[in-house]
Amino acid sequence: MNLVIVGLNHKTSPVEIREKLSFPADAIGVPLKKLLSNYGLNEAVILSTCNRVEALGIAPDMEKGVWQIKRFLSDFHNIPLETLDEHLYSHCGQDAVGHLFRVAAGLDSMVMGEPQILGQVKDSYGHAVQFNTAGVVVNKLYHKAFQVAKRIRTETKIGESAVSVSFAAVELARKIFGTLEGKSVMLLGAGEMAELAAKHLVNSGVKELLVANRTYERAVEFVKGFSCGTAIMFREFPHYLKNVDIVIASTGATNFIIRPEEVLEVMRERRQRPMFFIDIAVPRNIDPLINNVDNVYLYDVDDLQGVVEANIQERGREAETAEKIIEEEIERFDRWVKSLDVVPTIIALRRSFDAIRKAELEKALPLINGGNLSDKGKKALEAMTAAIVNKILHSPVTHLKKESHKVEGDLYVDAVQKLFDLDMNPDAMKKAQNNED
Amino acid sequence: MSSIILDIAVLLYLASTGVYTAFFFTRKDRLLTTAQYILIGGFIVNSAAVLARWIEAGRIPATTLHESLALFAFITVSLYIIALFRYKQRVLGAFVAPFALIISIIAVFMPRGIAPLSPALVSYWLPVHILIAIAGNAFFALAFFLSVMYVIQERHLKQRNFKGLFFVMPSLETLDELNYRCLQIGFPLLTLAIVSGAIWSQNAVGSYWLWKPRQIWSLITWFLYAALLHGRLTAGWRGRKAAIFSGIAFATLVGAFILINLLLGGAHGLAR
Repeated sequence: MNLVIVGLNHKTSPVEIREKLSFPADAIGVPLKKLLSNYGLNEAVILSTCNRVEALGIAPDMEKGVWQIKRFLSDFHNIPLETLDEHLYSHCGQDAVGHLFRVAAGLDSMVMGEPQILGQVKDSYGHAVQFNTAGVVVNKLYHKAFQVAKRIRTETKIGESAVSVSFAAVELARKIFGTLEGKSVMLLGAGEMAELAAKHLVNSGVKELLVANRTYERAVEFVKGFSCGTAIMFREFPHYLKNVDIVIASTGATNFIIRPEEVLEVMRERRQRPMFFIDIAVPRNIDPLINNVDNVYLYDVDDLQGVVEANIQERGREAETAEKIIEEEIERFDRWVKSLDVVPTIIALRRSFDAIRKAELEKALPLINGGNLSDKGKKALEAMTAAIVNKILHSPVTHLKKESHKVEGDLYVDAVQKLFDLDMNPDAMKKAQNNED
Repeated sequence: MSSIILDIAVLLYLASTGVYTAFFFTRKDRLLTTAQYILIGGFIVNSAAVLARWIEAGRIPATTLHESLALFAFITVSLYIIALFRYKQRVLGAFVAPFALIISIIAVFMPRGIAPLSPALVSYWLPVHILIAIAGNAFFALAFFLSVMYVIQERHLKQRNFKGLFFVMPSLETLDELNYRCLQIGFPLLTLAIVSGAIWSQNAVGSYWLWKPRQIWSLITWFLYAALLHGRLTAGWRGRKAAIFSGIAFATLVGAFILINLLLGGAHGLAR
C-alpha cells in the first residue's frame, strides 16, 4: 500500500501560510476530485482546519505521490512550490498511518489531547466518501483511526484534565467538593469570563446560581440565560455568602470586597463546610489572606493558569502511553494491508478451490465402479476436475490481476477474500503451504 | 505452618507496597491495578495464615502479639477491600498496603509460640471481645489513612502544588465523608469492645473493671474519639482539624496497643 500524507500544521508554518492553503469545506469536492483525475492518486482525503492542512492519498508510487500532492497544493492555491516546500511535511507508508492516528487522537494538536480534531478528521473522511474519493484502504484506515482515537481516550487520561482557565476552576471545585450536584454558586460581577465559568459549573450539576452585579439590571439580564439563576442586589451579597459553596468574583472594584474577618464569620455560620473562592478580577476582589482560613480555598487568575500548565504537562506524560497504543495499532493495520496483496490472494483462492476439488474427488472415487477404477480412469477424473477448477478460476484471476493496478483494485481483492472466505492470516498461509509440501 | 504462611503474606504486602510506591512516582494506572491485585493476594495468604493458626491453636488466634497483629492486618485489609468495591477508592490502598506490611512484619518478628491461655480466661466472650475490638481498630486505621490523604491533598490545594498525587487523590469532601463514616462505625465498636471486655473480665476474674493499663488506655482512646465525634457534630469540626485529631487519636490507640502488649504480654495482663 502506498499511503502518503503531505501537509503543514501550526508547528511547521505561520498562520499566513496556513490560511492561504486552507480548503473551505463547502467546496471540497473540486480539489478532492482533482487529486484523483489530475494528480494520479487512487484515493484521497483532505483535512483542513485552522491549525492544519493535509492531503492524504493512495498513490501508485510513494515518492511520486508525495511530489504530486505537493504540486497539487502549489497549483491549486497558486503558491510557488519553493515558498511552500519549507513548511510542508510528508509521511509515507506506516509512518503516514501513525501520523493520521496521532492527528485523530489529538496528539499532534496545539493543545495536546483536544477532542475537536477528531470531529474534523471525521468530517474530512465524510467528504471523501461523499465525493467518491475514498476506497477500501481509506475506509479501513479511517475507521481504524477513529477506533484508535477512542481507545486512547479511554485508556489514557489525555483528555481528562482541564486546559482552559474556566475548566480548571470547575476541576478544582471537583477536587474540593467531589460532585458539584446540589452546590450553590455566587457570581460577583457578570462578565464574560464569569459567564463561561458559570456555564461549566451549571453543566456539572450546580443547583443554584446567584448573580450580583453593580447594575442590578445587568444581573437580571444575565440570569435569563440560566434556568437556576437568581439576580440579587450587589450590596446584599454578604448576606448570601453563608449559603453558597463557590464564589466567582470578577467585579471592577479597586479594593477587596471580601475580607478574612467576614469569611471567618461566614464559615462559623455554615459550620465549616468548605468554600471555594475564585477571583478572576484584576485588580483582585478578594483578600488573598482568606486562603489561610480553614476549609476556605482561594484561587486567582494566576493560580488557575498554574493549574492549566500543570495539566498540560500531565497530558504530555499520558502521551507516552498513547504512543505505545499507536505503535500497536500501526502494526495491526499493517498486517491487514499486507493481506491485501493480490498474489497471496490468488494463491489462497486457488488453494481453497483445489482443496474442495480434492475432497470431493476422494468422496466420489470409491463410489465409481465399486471403487475398482483403473489408474487411467483415476487420472482422467483427476485431470477433468482440475480443468474445471482452472476454467472457473481463469476469468476471476485474470480480472483480479488486471484490476489490482487500478483505483479500486484493493476493493476487488478484499471482496474476493470475503466472498470465498479466504484466510489471509500469515500464519494460516504458512501452514497451508507446509501442508502442501 | 501458620507462621510460614504469614511470611509469604509479608512478602506480598512488601511487593504491593513497592508497586504502590512506583505508582506514586509514575501515576500509571496499570501499576495501581497491579498493586491492588498483589494486595488482594497478600490478603488471601494472610487470611490463610490466620485460619491455619486458629486451627493449630484451637481458639481465636489473638492471645499473643504475633497472633493479634496478624489478625489486625487481616481485618484492616479486608475492610479496605470491602471499601474498594463499595467506594472505588483505589488510592487508599497505597496507604493500607504499607500499614499491613508494617503490622505483619512486627507480627513476624514476635515470638511465634502458641501460648496456653489461662483456663480462667476461656469464655465465649473472648472471640466476641477480640473481633469487635480489632474491627473497631481497623475502622480507626482506615479513618487515619483517609486523614493522611486529606492533609496531603489539602496542602496541595492550599499551596497550589499541582503535581504528583494531586492528580490521583479523591476530593476533599469524599475523604472527609468517608473518614466520618469510619468513625461512625469504629466508635460504637470500640464502645462495645470495652463493654464486652468488662463482661469477660467479670466472668474471668470476678470484676468488671480493674484499672489495668490496657483498660485505662482504651478509655483514653474512647474519650478522644468521643471528643472528635462530638466536635464534628456540634462545633462543625471537619476537614484538616478533624483529620489531625483523628491522626492523634489513632496514634494513641496504636501506641497503647503495641506498648501494652509488649510490656504486659497477651490478654492485657489480666491473667497475672
